[in-house]
Amino acid sequence: MERSTPIIRVKHFTAAYDGVVLLNDLSFDVYRGEVFVILGGSGCGKSTMLKHMIGLYQPAAGAILIDNEDIVTAQGPRRLAILKKIGVMYQQGALFGSMTLLENVRLPLEEYTDLPNDAIDHIALMKLQVVGLGAAALKLPDEISGGMRKRAVIARAMALDPQVLFLDEPSAGLDPITSAELDRLIVSLSRNLSITFVVVTHELPSIYTIADRVIMLDKRVKAIVAEGKPQQLRDHSENAWVRQFFNREATAVA
Amino acid sequence: MLRRIISTRAVCECAMNREAGQTGERGPLLAASMSDCGLVLTISGSLDSRTTGQVWQPALEALRLAQPRQLTIDASRLTYCDGAGAALLLELGRRQSAHRGQYEICSLDPAFRALVDLYSRSSGESPQPKASQGSFLEQVGRFGVLLWNDVTKLTAFVGELSVALARAALRPRIVRWKEAWLTAELAGVNALPIIALLGFLLGLIMAFQSAIPLHQFGADMFVANLIGLSMLRELGPLLTAIILAGRSGSAFAAELGTMKVSEEIDALTTMGLEPVTFLVVPRVIAAVAMTPLLSVFASLLGLVGGAVVMLSLGFPFVTYLIQLQSAVTAGDMVGGLAKSVVFGIVVAAIGCLRGLQTKSGASAVGDSATRAVVSGLVLITVVDGIFAVLFYSLGL
Repeated sequence: MERSTPIIRVKHFTAAYDGVVLLNDLSFDVYRGEVFVILGGSGCGKSTMLKHMIGLYQPAAGAILIDNEDIVTAQGPRRLAILKKIGVMYQQGALFGSMTLLENVRLPLEEYTDLPNDAIDHIALMKLQVVGLGAAALKLPDEISGGMRKRAVIARAMALDPQVLFLDEPSAGLDPITSAELDRLIVSLSRNLSITFVVVTHELPSIYTIADRVIMLDKRVKAIVAEGKPQQLRDHSENAWVRQFFNREATAVA
Repeated sequence: MLRRIISTRAVCECAMNREAGQTGERGPLLAASMSDCGLVLTISGSLDSRTTGQVWQPALEALRLAQPRQLTIDASRLTYCDGAGAALLLELGRRQSAHRGQYEICSLDPAFRALVDLYSRSSGESPQPKASQGSFLEQVGRFGVLLWNDVTKLTAFVGELSVALARAALRPRIVRWKEAWLTAELAGVNALPIIALLGFLLGLIMAFQSAIPLHQFGADMFVANLIGLSMLRELGPLLTAIILAGRSGSAFAAELGTMKVSEEIDALTTMGLEPVTFLVVPRVIAAVAMTPLLSVFASLLGLVGGAVVMLSLGFPFVTYLIQLQSAVTAGDMVGGLAKSVVFGIVVAAIGCLRGLQTKSGASAVGDSATRAVVSGLVLITVVDGIFAVLFYSLGL
């Protein structure tokens, strides 16, 4: 696991919806083991970018290579092989409401492995314990708090030991303490399991804690306006808007 | 000039009288006077969202009639002013500046002045007009395109579902049987009481309705033929399909729609699990297994309903039974069952499709459920029509 080799390569990527270009000609790499943050103002297309990277949307142009396989063109078993390498945490969690947490985590294992039933139980519980939810394993998603739900989604996303975890707005709707706990979990998983994280957020405090590298999207130019470490961008970016973003300054105060 | 001033006064006095009569002392009072330097409007009392309406028209009317070079608002006796009051003061200013007059607000309390300034500073952007709906012809065209897109999607979905069902038949292990059982219970077993009741009543009603005209021809006995043929061939399967569309088609759409809205469908896709295989196939299997059974019950209870009427008309039960046996063939029964199998597939599939097509937002799931029922009923009728033609040309 070399940190300097890219695991995701986005090349000349263009996203469009109904003929309107949202993101134009983006290229960037995500390296193995890093926590990579996609940052930007509301409506700049960060979540759209993420949904393209996990193969939910078809880009208008460009390629998205995950471990040297293009998720845009891959079909059938090759696509399945790519999907097994990634795990996704959606903004709203997307736990299956009719299943307990344990069953949620069991699901990918049941579908993709030939492991015996009790082994699957064991592995699923282990994943839940890593995120601190061992005791709540038999509860339904409705019966636990928002922060626990987010951790449960991470446990499910980790079920098949993916190489990359995609998180869409992980701290949305969480209080600062719960949000900080989630950040600590992300850092710990990244360090101890060498999982690569791609995180979409605009939560400044958590960016400083978790991010190894940041790209910033700006909806006015529909492209990347800055790339680097968060502290570096805050203090030394040449782009005024980027400095403004990191320093939480408002434009056009009435 | 003089006449104009008099008429302005008249308007204002009238406004004041009306106001005083309506709300007593708490509302705002408006007084207008012309001086050398223009029109002076004195507003006293409270200008809030509840009371501003009383002086809005009179104030604008006074300004319109006087058309002064200088408009002065004397606000020294204004006791309260909120957003509505500020809107009036700003609107007066806007109209005044529209024909290049001077405008001044005197003695406005600093607290209210800040409010008025805040609103006057904000940029005067107006909402962008919505794109027009287009001409009638354009709307018809759009509707046509939408309809065509729907047909294309339906066709694609039928293809996808067929592949998924074929795969499930080759490898039954990939079907989520637990979910299929559960759906079979919800859509089938739980629907039994209502289907039985409606089937029984339908048979009863038809028997009663037909007994009178048939009696005129002395053909009472043929009530049995009518009930037997119509229940087994047509009404049993149709009744079942309609109940299924209302109870389960809508439920499938709402269930899958909620999953779509909460990104659960996306989650399945990125896990590499096809939503069609994972969610639609178990539901279709359950519906296909349950509909013929329910249809049999509906027909059977319809026959029982007919029997009750025949007994009450004085025919022995055995006579009714023999008459039934002579009228109804096994082919009628099989034809009805074949129909109900197709109805089951159609209703379950369209319910799931509408669920998967759910857009985002709170009303989207409700829309999908409605669309599932409506499309279900339309397709049931179309399929029934096709069967009618088919049976006729096959001589069944």
